[in-house]
Amino acid sequence: MTIKSRRHSATSTTLLRVTTGALLALALVAAPAATQAGEDLDAIVARGVIKVGVGSQPGFFAPDENGVWKGFFIDFGRALAVTVFNDPEKVEFTSSSPQQRLPALQAGEFDILLSGVTQTISRSFQLGFHFGPTIFYDGQGLLVRKDIGVTSGADLDGATIGVQSGTTGELNIADFFRKNGKTFTPVTIEDTNEFLAALESGRVDAITQDASDLGIKQTQLANPEDYILLPERLSKEPLAPAIRHGDDRWLEIVNWTVWATIEAEELGITQANVDDFLTSEDPLVQRFLGTDTALGEAIGLDPKFAYNIIKAVGNYGEIFERNVGKDSIFKWDRGFNSLWTDGGLLYAPAWR
Amino acid sequence: MSARGRFFVRGLMANQARWRKGLFGTWLNSVVTIATVVLLAAIVPPFVRWAVLDATWVGTAADCKAGTGACWAFIGAKLNFILYAFYPPPLHWRPVLVTLMLGGLLLLTAHPRAWRAATLLLWVLVPIASWLLLAGTVVGPTVPSNQWGGIPITLLVAMVCFSLAIPIAILLALARQSSMGGLRTLAIVFIEVMRGTPMVAILYVAMLILPMMIPGGQLIDKLGRAMILITLFWSAYVAEVVRAGLQAIPAGQYEAARALGLGYWRIMRFVVLPQALRLVIPALVNLAIGFLLATSLLATIGVFDLLNAAKTAAIDPNWLGFYDEAYLVAASIYFAICVIGSRYSLWLEQRLRQPR
Repeated sequence: MTIKSRRHSATSTTLLRVTTGALLALALVAAPAATQAGEDLDAIVARGVIKVGVGSQPGFFAPDENGVWKGFFIDFGRALAVTVFNDPEKVEFTSSSPQQRLPALQAGEFDILLSGVTQTISRSFQLGFHFGPTIFYDGQGLLVRKDIGVTSGADLDGATIGVQSGTTGELNIADFFRKNGKTFTPVTIEDTNEFLAALESGRVDAITQDASDLGIKQTQLANPEDYILLPERLSKEPLAPAIRHGDDRWLEIVNWTVWATIEAEELGITQANVDDFLTSEDPLVQRFLGTDTALGEAIGLDPKFAYNIIKAVGNYGEIFERNVGKDSIFKWDRGFNSLWTDGGLLYAPAWR
Repeated sequence: MSARGRFFVRGLMANQARWRKGLFGTWLNSVVTIATVVLLAAIVPPFVRWAVLDATWVGTAADCKAGTGACWAFIGAKLNFILYAFYPPPLHWRPVLVTLMLGGLLLLTAHPRAWRAATLLLWVLVPIASWLLLAGTVVGPTVPSNQWGGIPITLLVAMVCFSLAIPIAILLALARQSSMGGLRTLAIVFIEVMRGTPMVAILYVAMLILPMMIPGGQLIDKLGRAMILITLFWSAYVAEVVRAGLQAIPAGQYEAARALGLGYWRIMRFVVLPQALRLVIPALVNLAIGFLLATSLLATIGVFDLLNAAKTAAIDPNWLGFYDEAYLVAASIYFAICVIGSRYSLWLEQRLRQPR
């Protein structure tokens, strides 16, 4: 046998081995994947901690000096930990970038994403995600210099507007002006930090981005009071908790945890006064706080889970004001994120 | 003037002549010198004004906003976060100790006199001890690895992955030169696939695909998975460097060793590898510096290495927007490490070039 042919046979033996190995590995993969479905909540309880994927944006999710996560979405993560474990600390926040957070949820790296994911139809159907209740209604906004004397987007005829290149924002603003029959001059800006410089130097009359981004940018301007965030929203960006398909009970826990904070605000129950409500004669309050235990026992949750949530993190309004509203440096208005009774979009289903 | 003083002055004057020749010796040198001075005059004074004269050294974010200079008060408040990220503050002595242990090991290994079996043992023991210390396995409380971060993670990942990559790389380099066709093909395919893939893609595989591929893959934590794949990734690069060393050994040495009756492994161990590795040490040090900087890519999978921690420090609403200061601190740390590394590499190269 020549050297050449011996080499050849060695290669084919190796190939055979590699192929067999790969098939074996595939068989091992397929088995556990099938049984994993529908057991997210079991896994959480067994693990003793909820794994939450978050982003990094001031006010929404940011660590403080001691490395403790603080922010609007963070508080909802703690509320979830209260519902499941009655302990706001039994939650593990991991920051992930916008590009990888959805695949990471699919891969099982997180139990839930509280990273400001916009709920869209393709994410529901194609990516296989369930969305909990919207916890922040965001949308593309316009931040305008006050000295041009404009109070609504319809007055912005002929304005020069800074838009981020290559985003849906660029298309939305064009649609908005075409719809109103007005004209504008777009100035495309590449770097998000350049927006502020363009606005302050007067190169543009207005800039457009998601309202939450604009709200943060406004606080970083030299004279924030010289600018106004117009009330119009050019796109819908409902930011909601996202989980994988397959565990209905986990979805319901997410839903009703968010709704508990909303219902509490509607009932006027706050972190400070929640104990006073324990003696309330109102049957709705009794069902909500679990002084009447029948409802909680029937649904298989701690009857006092809503009481525990409010005690630990407060109601929706408190969470909002503390992190991004009037008690924060951002001073955002509630806007759409008000109760339905105040003309907003927050509405919790019936507690019975 | 004393003899010593005269000597000093003469030295200075000789230096002066050298400097004059270097700076203004030719027409082109003069232009470059003047352009550099003009550039420095434009950059340095505003920077000094920002970084020193107008800087706010103590106080709150509001004090900083009132001033026009750098906000070093921010660094004061956030330095612990930048260096150790989410590690619980009462236990900060652990990352400090780990940083000291790993840094000490690097310093010890730097000198060729320490290149012996005992040091190799330390390279096994110290990383294991570091991991156990950070995790709190032996002495509680335990800290999950998603809370580790900052400088210890940068050092730990760089050192553990690089040191594990070297033995794998030696085997890969030998396999690539092997006369066994199957083995050689496998080595070539592995090396070329790894070198043809960006490190970010490798990290995504570690984060997203590995847990789905391996049964119970969720059980190995994200950092562990990332470190396994980074090791394999780096080993491909190291293997190519080692191969260069192997190819530099003249064929006559192999033949002579074989004529003495040595088998393959003994030829490699006693004749070829000691010479080949010595040849490529400077190249390996260069590679190591590049890899250390590459660890900042860990941020893409949500690991809080030094750079990511620095960036995140500036999104705290209490200290919003002091990115310049945060990046400057991170850059200084990386710069210090790399300058030391590259000077060391030069020194080592000269030392190893000396005839033995």
